[in-house]
Amino acid sequence: MAASNTAGEQARGDAGLAQGDVALSLRDVSRTYATAAGGTVEALSHVSLDVHRGEFVSLLGPSGCGKTTTLRLIAGLDQPQGGELTLDGEPIRGASHRRGFVFQQGALFNWLTIRENIAAGLRARHVYRENAGRVDELIHAVGLDGFGDAYPHQISGGMAQRVAIARALINDPEVLLLDEPMGALDNFTRATLQDLLIDLQRANHTTMVLVTHDVDEAIYLSDRIVIMTPRPGRVSEVVSVDFPRPRHRGGSEFLELRATLLEKFNLASAEPQPEYYI
Amino acid sequence: MRRIGYPAAVALSVGGFVLAIAGNVLVPQVAAVEITPVRVGDWLVNFNGLYRMVLGAVILGYLLDALISRGNEKNRCAFVHGAPLRFAVGIALLAWDILGTKTQVFVQPFFPGPAQIVGAFLEEGDFILQNTLYSLRLYLWGYLLGAAFGVGTGILIGWFPRAYYWISPVLRFSGIIPAVAWMPFAMTLLPTPFAAAVFLIVICVWFPVASVTAQGVQSTPKVLFEAARTLGGDTRYLLLHVAVPNALPQVFQGLSTANAFAFTTLVMAEMMGQPGGLGYYINMAKIWSAYYKVFAAILVMAILFSAITKVLNIIEARALRWQEGLLSKQGEVA
Repeated sequence: MAASNTAGEQARGDAGLAQGDVALSLRDVSRTYATAAGGTVEALSHVSLDVHRGEFVSLLGPSGCGKTTTLRLIAGLDQPQGGELTLDGEPIRGASHRRGFVFQQGALFNWLTIRENIAAGLRARHVYRENAGRVDELIHAVGLDGFGDAYPHQISGGMAQRVAIARALINDPEVLLLDEPMGALDNFTRATLQDLLIDLQRANHTTMVLVTHDVDEAIYLSDRIVIMTPRPGRVSEVVSVDFPRPRHRGGSEFLELRATLLEKFNLASAEPQPEYYI
Repeated sequence: MRRIGYPAAVALSVGGFVLAIAGNVLVPQVAAVEITPVRVGDWLVNFNGLYRMVLGAVILGYLLDALISRGNEKNRCAFVHGAPLRFAVGIALLAWDILGTKTQVFVQPFFPGPAQIVGAFLEEGDFILQNTLYSLRLYLWGYLLGAAFGVGTGILIGWFPRAYYWISPVLRFSGIIPAVAWMPFAMTLLPTPFAAAVFLIVICVWFPVASVTAQGVQSTPKVLFEAARTLGGDTRYLLLHVAVPNALPQVFQGLSTANAFAFTTLVMAEMMGQPGGLGYYINMAKIWSAYYKVFAAILVMAILFSAITKVLNIIEARALRWQEGLLSKQGEVA
């Protein structure tokens, strides 16, 4: 099959280990949370994954599969109980501007203008003066010319996510982490934002890791798709998307891969598992 | 309300005050009131003269307002809207003048007419000004110091759980006690009456500002701190550039509550042992049964406190410029 290549990437213990210039590496990462009832929930169980420099990887799966937990661990916003995460061979300890993060709802600073929001990373690192020109470049790159002096409540949800992306990119991060940034947007806005991400990646070769539950989005954007399954959250399979960009959402390769992926999820959920309804 | 035309609005705005002047000039003084003229420069002026001048100035002011707002549709509407009220004020002044001073139907000396009240400024304008400045100085020291302490304490207990644990019970306990209750201690322990009054205003401002500032800091969404951390922000940045600006709307809410407390405390402190101030002036006037002076001081307070509140509102609007349109937008949704 031209669309996907899953050979050699079956085992969940070492899924996605491949040759090449590895930027981000997860080894045997586990994370358990205490529940309010006094028990524990295994959010992530022995996840291993390598992300190459300049690669676009999507973490795809239903809610509760640990994809957001994985992203937060990479960002350093959360610490694993077991395993190790490294960026360029250095262990990840705590949050850093080298790993940019785009949150689901934008998480903009309401009291700052669009320009000041985008400049926030430079100011936080006390390097604003020497990089001030970058702010307007990024405003232009994300298509927000003329909105620099607006406040977050004056712009739409799609524009807010553009600001959030620009804000994360101002620090030239080695990897950009995207936590369902398009989840709350309408289809048209989502499509233009997806194209923006492709353009930005092509321009800067930034490594990107996207969390999504949208199969089409994952296929449209990714070099590789990491399929995750819940209870406990783990990597079940890694699928390469080999056909060239720009990808046509109605093309035969696209639809073929889409069918394959959906089938995998049906299989995954067909495994005998206890179901809880609250 | 029935709509009135622009010319009618101008006539109404001015008409009431014209009638008030006419009443003051034409209605004879039927009961005995001592009217002593005061030399102002080369002129001899009595309180009726000053009163007419004040009314004349009001009339000129409204004519000027009418002229300026004529061009702009919005201002024009506002001017027309206020016209009946202005007429009513003029008529009320007319009636008050006749009943309070001219015929003395009101019980005297408790309810003097407006002309007599204005006369207090003629009689001892300098003294009233001195006391006003004393009040203003006291207010500024107390309020600014209290606000600074309040915001500082609020940030401290909002940010450090340990500070919250130890300081917030003190705040909760002492915040409920009216500041003037500490008067006896303040008067005996502090070196000057001025310092004692400043102390009382400081604590009445401190507690409300501190508690709402702390709430504002604590209510900062966690995701904003996470965003700041992934942007390279250190603890200092999280506190000063995320938590504090996030708390700013609450801080201003606390500042305006505290402002009202400060006025009350100020006047009470001045009435109970200050060598000056508008509260002191009221006390002095009361001893001599000069109630027109009491009213004059109340008038000055109204003007002074509105001006201070206005200044605070302007500062707030500037600091919270980013909220402009946000609140009305939420109102539309609701």
